[in-house]
Amino acid sequence: MTERRDETMSFMSASPTRRQLLQAAGWCGLATAAAGLSSPFSWSAMAEPAASGVAAASKGIDKTVWSACTVNCGSRCPLRMHVENGVIKWVETDNTGLDVYGEHQVRACLRGRSMRRRVYNPDRLKYPMKRVGRRGEGKFERISWEEAYDLVADNLKRVIAEHGNEAVYLNYGTGTLGGSVTRSWPPANSLIARLMNLCGGYLNHYGTYSTAQISFATPFTYGTSADGNSPSDIANTKLLVMFGNNPAETRMSGGGVIYHLAEARARSNARMIVVDPRYTDTAGGREDEWIPIRPGTDAALVAGLAHVLITENMVDQPFLDRYCVGYDETTLPPEAPRNGHYKAYILGEGPDGIAKTPAWAASITGIPADRIIKLAREIGSTKPCCIMQGWGPQRHANGEMSSRAVLMLAILTGNVGISGGGSGGREGSFSIPFERFPTLKNPVSTAIPVFMWTDAIKRGPEMTALRDGIQGKEKLDVPIKFIWNYAGNALVNQHADINRTDEVLGDDSLCEMIVVIDNHMTASARYADVLLPDLTTSEQMDLVMDASAGNMNYLIFADQAIEPLFECRSIYDMCSEIAARMGVKDAFTEGRTQEEWLRHLVEINREKDPALPDLDSFRAAGIYKRHDPDGHHIAYKDFRADPEGHPLKTPSGKIEIYSQRLADIAATWELAPDDVIDPLPIYASTFRGWDSPERKTYPLQLTGFHFKARTHSTYGNVDVLKAAAQQEVWINPIDAGPRGIANGDLVRVFNAEGETRLHAKVTPRIMPGVTAMGEGAWHSADSSKVDHAGSINVLTTQRPSPLAKGNPQHTNLVDVQKVA
Amino acid sequence: MTQQYGFFIDSSRCTGCKTCMLACKDLKDLPPEVNFRRVYEYTGGEWTQDGDAWRQDVFSYYTSIACNHCADPACTKVCPTGAMAKHENGFVIVDEEVCIGCKSCAMACPYGAPQYSEVKRHMTKCDGCYGRVAEGKKPVCVEACPLRALDFGPIEELREKHGTLAAVAPLPEDTYTHPSIVIKPNPKARPVGNHDGFLANPREV
Ligand code: SF4
Repeated sequence: MTERRDETMSFMSASPTRRQLLQAAGWCGLATAAAGLSSPFSWSAMAEPAASGVAAASKGIDKTVWSACTVNCGSRCPLRMHVENGVIKWVETDNTGLDVYGEHQVRACLRGRSMRRRVYNPDRLKYPMKRVGRRGEGKFERISWEEAYDLVADNLKRVIAEHGNEAVYLNYGTGTLGGSVTRSWPPANSLIARLMNLCGGYLNHYGTYSTAQISFATPFTYGTSADGNSPSDIANTKLLVMFGNNPAETRMSGGGVIYHLAEARARSNARMIVVDPRYTDTAGGREDEWIPIRPGTDAALVAGLAHVLITENMVDQPFLDRYCVGYDETTLPPEAPRNGHYKAYILGEGPDGIAKTPAWAASITGIPADRIIKLAREIGSTKPCCIMQGWGPQRHANGEMSSRAVLMLAILTGNVGISGGGSGGREGSFSIPFERFPTLKNPVSTAIPVFMWTDAIKRGPEMTALRDGIQGKEKLDVPIKFIWNYAGNALVNQHADINRTDEVLGDDSLCEMIVVIDNHMTASARYADVLLPDLTTSEQMDLVMDASAGNMNYLIFADQAIEPLFECRSIYDMCSEIAARMGVKDAFTEGRTQEEWLRHLVEINREKDPALPDLDSFRAAGIYKRHDPDGHHIAYKDFRADPEGHPLKTPSGKIEIYSQRLADIAATWELAPDDVIDPLPIYASTFRGWDSPERKTYPLQLTGFHFKARTHSTYGNVDVLKAAAQQEVWINPIDAGPRGIANGDLVRVFNAEGETRLHAKVTPRIMPGVTAMGEGAWHSADSSKVDHAGSINVLTTQRPSPLAKGNPQHTNLVDVQKVA
Repeated sequence: MTQQYGFFIDSSRCTGCKTCMLACKDLKDLPPEVNFRRVYEYTGGEWTQDGDAWRQDVFSYYTSIACNHCADPACTKVCPTGAMAKHENGFVIVDEEVCIGCKSCAMACPYGAPQYSEVKRHMTKCDGCYGRVAEGKKPVCVEACPLRALDFGPIEELREKHGTLAAVAPLPEDTYTHPSIVIKPNPKARPVGNHDGFLANPREV
């Protein structure tokens, strides 16, 4: 084992190999090769320096294999693995075609290009292990695969026998995304789900750590989680207003949203306004205006803008009358209280009696009133206008109402369902339908909010539908006793309040068995009872898709580039072997191998969609691209064209600005005194917010952002990425100065939940009073629980948002001090 | 010399993603501390309080720089062994067999292009991917850029297409070495020598 790893690693630090190669193939060899090409070079005239690297780039490579980057960034990229002697030597990306927009290459970002160092990472799990120390301590003992399978199956049988199937939980995990066989998300569509569904089922969850609030709240408005126009349609807009939407740091692929934004905007010359507490890389000097906003106050800005739109007669009244419910008294449902409509709320004629003037909004958002008025006039007078929100504004303690509020700007101005406009939700995408590995139906219908699993371990039977968002039952009957954690780091690193999670998981009389399946020794892997080493995408075959890719989407043939490293096995093999021990192997495999399943999937999809290539041509081509036959995806286009013929899935069939269902929830759910649910998308202040009393102790707001060095926590252990984009806490000079903090200083960021230490980025690119750090850094705590990696989740809270019971991981208060 | 090759850098498009830098690191197998290509963040602006609200004039932009294969390179002039030399088609390349690692070139180059490798114990540097170029490809950074913000070709052609700007803040004046680059400035770009802003990511370049 060790030997094999050493051999691999010596390729990583490779200089001898490469230099030998150079000397063998050499400059002269290259000169000869080049002479045959039609290039303007006359290499023979040159001296013969033995330069580094690239002369040998195409030498010695035995094969080039298409693979993919299958992480949770929202993009999805093909990778071309150049393999020599069974080792990946360098990583290329889509190199096909002429690369003109519309027929463009899908180019991987810095992370995909660093895949080699993730595959051959010193943190790779090499063989199955079982825990020997205290849970979370990270002490393990090597075991055989047979013993590992037996341990998992025996414990699974025992837990099911003692507590029932609802005690078994599939934790959220997005480390392997977009595959047909291997995908870890949604867990309900993973192979683990198929296995469990053959064994009586498991406790479901709903929502995601990415979108808990927006995906729960916006269906109350639109009937479905807010769809958006494709970013390629920015080619048709005049004004683009981005609320916390930052594709340059979230959907970074060169065939993804940021590329579409750049190309489409170059065609329309649309003005771009970026509303964000950080001056983002999407802005990056290309913005027409950056409007810094206090985190968690987007709904107040929207209300201030709405006040101007309404009082200056810039709302699209015919649209509001025909397509919407609850804008004013004409469409207010009869059950609603008098003056319960949106217009009354804005004008101060509703229950709170406060007019949401620009001055009112200014004091909350930190945006000067004259800027709010100017922005409102711009939005109100520019047709079409595209309002797009990202998922930052919703990942807050009041994120449900913030996300519904941003939709209001598109609705008030009648920009919904038209080209150049948008719904106010996040951008949409064309996609190629493709049926994946069938994962069967879960016999259990009980579900918890995705964020509430630590509570379900600790106090499961106390959790109810009305208090904790339990679905499918009035209350949970049993706590979680068994966790499957496949390709996920939300067991520790990405869940809020790591120190509380450590306490909950640390008591192994609560959750009795944790099975972690992953590639690397992550913070979550350290909490495993049984740790199973998974293959990376480079070591197996799969069909990969699910990119947000504007109006040109694609399927990737992710072939096996190298043999499995160490004793790693595929998720398919692991689940098959555990299925055998559970007595359901034949039902699980249906007699097929992984490759046979892929052939089968391609064939059943070709029956429905004959334009798809067969497996062998797909394999040779590596990527299959298709254009949106409609030009651009326009969200709610059918509804706009024919609202009666294509009603929304809301109870009224219309856009519900006032939601009676939310009014009912607000009246029946048991909420904390400072939790607000409202039928209208109002602004409400929150716990841990900018105006919370806690701010006396912890004066700075802290938000997280997606950081280019990682995709959430994936790639977080790759040295070259860590060095190229360093983990830092952003702090404005106005806050840094009095604290004696200079750019690059080591600081401690702390609150009642915990403390982390990292370097400060003192920059005007963050609003005063606000700090920010990239989420996903690998938690690395000392014995006093102080983290030294800048892992934000030692500072976040497990208290959920009121409606979705989602993760408010951007709603934090902290203080920052220089480390002496 | 047949002709001079060079880079086009579209700073108006660059999002600072650093894919150029990491694609290069992967192909050339560089350690974390050696950066043949570097992405500079230039940031500035002030904040003033206005009642409960704030006003600001913040700007920020990125410029991606490797070796500029300068017409008048500073590195070659100070190299005591001749290892650092300008070759056909204008590529400035260090002969790693000859280089003794004295670091004179690193001190002379105003762009920080030549970098010492602790592993190899001599200087290393962007070689313009001359091998790829000979095969009709472009340097790996150019073909990697997700925003298509980089290009490469005969510098005269690039200048015809994109003009002759070869310096913006925080880069040095182009009169020192006559770099073979053309920059399309970011809308917020500040002229070379400007001090409205500062190099915001010194630890990353
Ligand atoms: S992280 Fe996302 S954008 Fe980057 S290579 Fe992977 S899939 Fe592409």
